[in-house]
Amino acid sequence: MKRNGERRLGLGLTAWRLGVLALVLGGWHVLTATGVLQPFFFSKPLDVALRVVRDVQLPRFWSDLGITLTETALAFVIGSVLGILCGFALARHPFASAVCDPYLKAFNAMPRVVLAPIFALWLGLGIWSKVALGVTLVFFIVFFNVYQGVREVSPTILANARMLGMKERELFRHVYLPSALSWMFSSLHTSVGFALVGAVVGEYLGSAAGLGYRIHQAESVFDVTGVFAGMVVLAIVVLIIDALVGWVEERLLVWRPQAATTA
Amino acid sequence: MTTLERARGIPTSLVGQSEQTVALLHDVAITYHLADGSFYEAVAPTTLAIAEGEFVALVGPTGCGKSTLLNVVAGLVAPSSGTCLIHGDRLSGINGQAGYLFQAEALMPWKTALANVAVGLEVQGLPRDEATERARSWLGKVGLGAFLQRYPHQLSGGQRKRVGLAQVLARDPRMLLMDEPFGPLDAQTRAIMGDLLLGLWQADRKAVLFVTHDLEEAIALADRVVIMSAGPNASIIGDFPIDLARPRDAHEVRLQPAFVETHRAIWQVLKEEVLKGYAQANEAKA
Repeated sequence: MKRNGERRLGLGLTAWRLGVLALVLGGWHVLTATGVLQPFFFSKPLDVALRVVRDVQLPRFWSDLGITLTETALAFVIGSVLGILCGFALARHPFASAVCDPYLKAFNAMPRVVLAPIFALWLGLGIWSKVALGVTLVFFIVFFNVYQGVREVSPTILANARMLGMKERELFRHVYLPSALSWMFSSLHTSVGFALVGAVVGEYLGSAAGLGYRIHQAESVFDVTGVFAGMVVLAIVVLIIDALVGWVEERLLVWRPQAATTA
Repeated sequence: MTTLERARGIPTSLVGQSEQTVALLHDVAITYHLADGSFYEAVAPTTLAIAEGEFVALVGPTGCGKSTLLNVVAGLVAPSSGTCLIHGDRLSGINGQAGYLFQAEALMPWKTALANVAVGLEVQGLPRDEATERARSWLGKVGLGAFLQRYPHQLSGGQRKRVGLAQVLARDPRMLLMDEPFGPLDAQTRAIMGDLLLGLWQADRKAVLFVTHDLEEAIALADRVVIMSAGPNASIIGDFPIDLARPRDAHEVRLQPAFVETHRAIWQVLKEEVLKGYAQANEAKA
């Protein structure tokens, strides 16, 4: 729906978006150039842009980006697989689900940041402590969606499938799995985003590489320009990943009525 | 066999019929346990036999338990008492010989029309190519040859019912169970779907149990119209043979004098039940 709307608005929308960007950057520039805001604390938009351009020419930048993306991908895949397995297991076994329910809720309510130092202690300062942090974030999103997807299969579709002669195995393949995956895919934006958050936060709290590490380094020497440059890079990465996820989603959920997509 | 059946409490007179009887509900009753500990007897002990090649319509006011009886024959609901015999054998679990057309949306929304029909054949053990080929041919027969790759949400309500019909018939079941299948459709589409159903049914005349609340539809399609009373304690209160020539045009037949005569006779019986149903509903509200 939104996509169609965007297309209809076309150039007008793009113009407004650029307008908002220009207003923010222009305001920032004027305020720092006139000294209303201290450039030491707020940096300058032009400096930030130049820093980004300089950074992307460094090989170190690309290796940091590669590490963050690797952590993100690993966290997403491991968290999704665990979430799918647990979601299925608990949705099909109501008693086990009832037993685990309070623990899952308690664990999910915990701010995951507090786990970062523990993971660093257990898994060291390499990529795996960041992956673990991302997994704890991705797992719950996928888990709850798969659980819901299995439980919410329409009773009529299920009865029809059984009348068509399907047994447990075929029901899993043709009914439960597609339903669960459709719920999971509709939360792809959130789960991929959280995988990235896990990686960056983990790096920020303790590591020797990655985008989060770059931001942390800049911050520890009061290099505000460096911090903002890191944030800009992060924002661009998120936008690119989000566009990719939208593209994948559109292909995986072709069977969905338009109104039901989250795109 | 006879001793065994007697031991199960089934009269021998009924067992003898099982050769030509496709499905037999014998003293089937449905009772629900309510949350407050009391019982609600939805369907009183009911006996109904469906013969080979017979098109039986089960008509009754809304909420009389006719769909529940259908679900007993399908094996989706276990009767609280009584037995359901399929070709003389006591039914337990899903009735594998029946094809079921549901009232609600029953197609898998993540599969195309073609895949929805083919999957039922693959489950039967047909190789994928053959299943797809047969599904294609059945979708052609129901007039959807140009819509094979559409997903259910891209089809109209009537088209989805056609896919459902192809899905059921492609598996060549020995009996068809239909639960107000054309209920959600508009009047014109219903007439067309009725005709399509009759046309396909005419080819090999499987036994059909067709549940509907629409008396006209029942008379137009069936060989026999069975009337159920309003619940609770719903039971069969009328069983009318329909002597209209076949093959029929499900729409044209409604204009024949014989149709009007039959309709009047059955409506006399049904009307009282409908009024009783309203009265009970009002009492329950008050």
